[in-house]
Amino acid sequence: MGKKNKIYLLIYGLIIFALPAILQNNYHLMVLNVAALNIVVVIGLTLLMGYAGQISLGHAAFFGLGAYLSAVFTTTYGFPLWPTVIMAMAITGSIAYAIGIPTLKLEGHYLVMATLGFNIIIYIVMIQFDAVTGGPSGFAGIPRLRMGNFAFGSDRQIYYLLWAVSIAVLILSLNLIYSRVGRAMAALSHNEIAARCAGIDTEGYKVKIFVVSAVLASLAGSLYAHYITFISPGTFSFFYSIQVVTMVLVGGMGSLWGSALGAILLTILPEVLHAVKEYNVLIYGLILMVVLVFFPQGLFPGIAGAFANRRTKNPSDSGKQLALAKRA
Amino acid sequence: MTLSLQIFQFILSGLTTGSTYALIAIGFSLIHNATGIVNFAQGEFVMLGGMFMITFYTFLELPMLPAFFLTIFSVAVVGLLLEQGPIRQAKSKEILILVMITVGASISIKGLSMILWGKNPMTLPSFSGEAPLVFLGAAVMPQSIWIFGITVGVVAALNYFFKGTMTGKAMRAVAASRRSAVLTGIPVDRMILLSFTLSGALGAVAGIILTPITTTSYDVGVMLGLKGFSAAILGGYGSMPGAVAGGLLLGVLESLAAGLISSEYKDALAFLILLTALFFKPSGILGSGRLRRV
Repeated sequence: MGKKNKIYLLIYGLIIFALPAILQNNYHLMVLNVAALNIVVVIGLTLLMGYAGQISLGHAAFFGLGAYLSAVFTTTYGFPLWPTVIMAMAITGSIAYAIGIPTLKLEGHYLVMATLGFNIIIYIVMIQFDAVTGGPSGFAGIPRLRMGNFAFGSDRQIYYLLWAVSIAVLILSLNLIYSRVGRAMAALSHNEIAARCAGIDTEGYKVKIFVVSAVLASLAGSLYAHYITFISPGTFSFFYSIQVVTMVLVGGMGSLWGSALGAILLTILPEVLHAVKEYNVLIYGLILMVVLVFFPQGLFPGIAGAFANRRTKNPSDSGKQLALAKRA
Repeated sequence: MTLSLQIFQFILSGLTTGSTYALIAIGFSLIHNATGIVNFAQGEFVMLGGMFMITFYTFLELPMLPAFFLTIFSVAVVGLLLEQGPIRQAKSKEILILVMITVGASISIKGLSMILWGKNPMTLPSFSGEAPLVFLGAAVMPQSIWIFGITVGVVAALNYFFKGTMTGKAMRAVAASRRSAVLTGIPVDRMILLSFTLSGALGAVAGIILTPITTTSYDVGVMLGLKGFSAAILGGYGSMPGAVAGGLLLGVLESLAAGLISSEYKDALAFLILLTALFFKPSGILGSGRLRRV
């Protein structure tokens, strides 16, 4: 995955695992725990958007399927926790496969609409099928995360688990994009016809990436359900799909690091803007529009690019930067 | 009521809602033909149609006809601003980016409407009374006749516009081939602007005529937009007769399913139809069949 990424990962990991020592407030830890889960969803979506050139507006449904399948089977039917999480991933993946096969074959952006339609179907089922899902009032009493005899009780204990999962997913994805498969996906996103001519099974890759991204969303959903121990349909509405897509776009469609930072930033931002909860929807819409209009390659890459431009325009400045970097 | 009469009743009410789906579907087709993008904000145009009409007619107490035209004008301006602002200014002209910009616009309009008009559902009085008329044994609301009549009028007017006027023909030329249109001296940018404005106006009409029977609130846009999109796919994306046929068919299927099977899953059914259509006949019932598989 390249030396640069290994250094980034080391710094990222150190900061993440040092943070709980500084943060004493459980509420702050909870926000970061949700950020860790959002990163898992967003990484899957980044692979789909950046490498398969497709957008899904249905990831809230996959996230919700993971959460509800896990919740219902462990709580109502007493299934063991971790096998259920894996089963939920398998079921969600199969559903994504069934949606992806017809829509990803077509030129154009049918996946956007198909996934959005699917999101709404799942949302309606969560509300209407109340004998199983608990309906609009939600589903409570989901067992907490545990490993063997160790139960993850506090936000602090869960922090390490969720961030370990989140970082593991990031490492696997970084490995993926620097592999043969990753290069094939990059070719596919640049020019599908050229990629086909080079012997890449473009359709197969697109469907596989879509399934992988849905499975990651399902994993995050299951962990969310067992962490919060209460879920309700509102969390899995269409708006969450928009939120995760916005996170990817703010971070830059092809950049895993950018997306991870985008996810952290946009998870924390609404908490900071607590006073303007009413304006939440409007703010997300405006961020999405402004970023897309002015920084179509992503906010972080866009800003970095602007800096790089400034630096090349001013050679003495860049020389100074280089000297500083060497000294450091 | 006998079963056959019941079915007849469901078909009539299905044609009513189907008419508005058809108007929304035409709006999708107009923008798709001019630019190749799916305009997610189409449903918000419908919501704004209802909201502006309520503002002008109920709050400002304007007479119905001026309020009607003022609403259409206002929403057409929203369509125009969407094109002139975010779509025209976008740094990247990639289809995917433009589609997501309309998603952003849709969310922003929804968020702003929630602040402006609040969260409570609102409604309009019917255009001419509530007393149902009896037609072949089935009850028909006068509003249904208005909806059907206005839709037929709008479709006829659009048909004339596209076949009989120079501007309409220019728009069709842009849809057929943008490059050839530029070469023949058609101001393509202005045609794109016009397509957004017209879509806004169509959305407004759909919103105004639908609100008396369904009520409206800030969040109805997404659902209506998706229904219209499903109708457009069902009929053949980009085709005008397809949009009308798809809209009516979707309305009837939905009404039958709600009446005979379950009304709770009525909305889910529309998307099941969408997914089925994408699976078996992605070019739609009246589509050109030229849809390329890559």
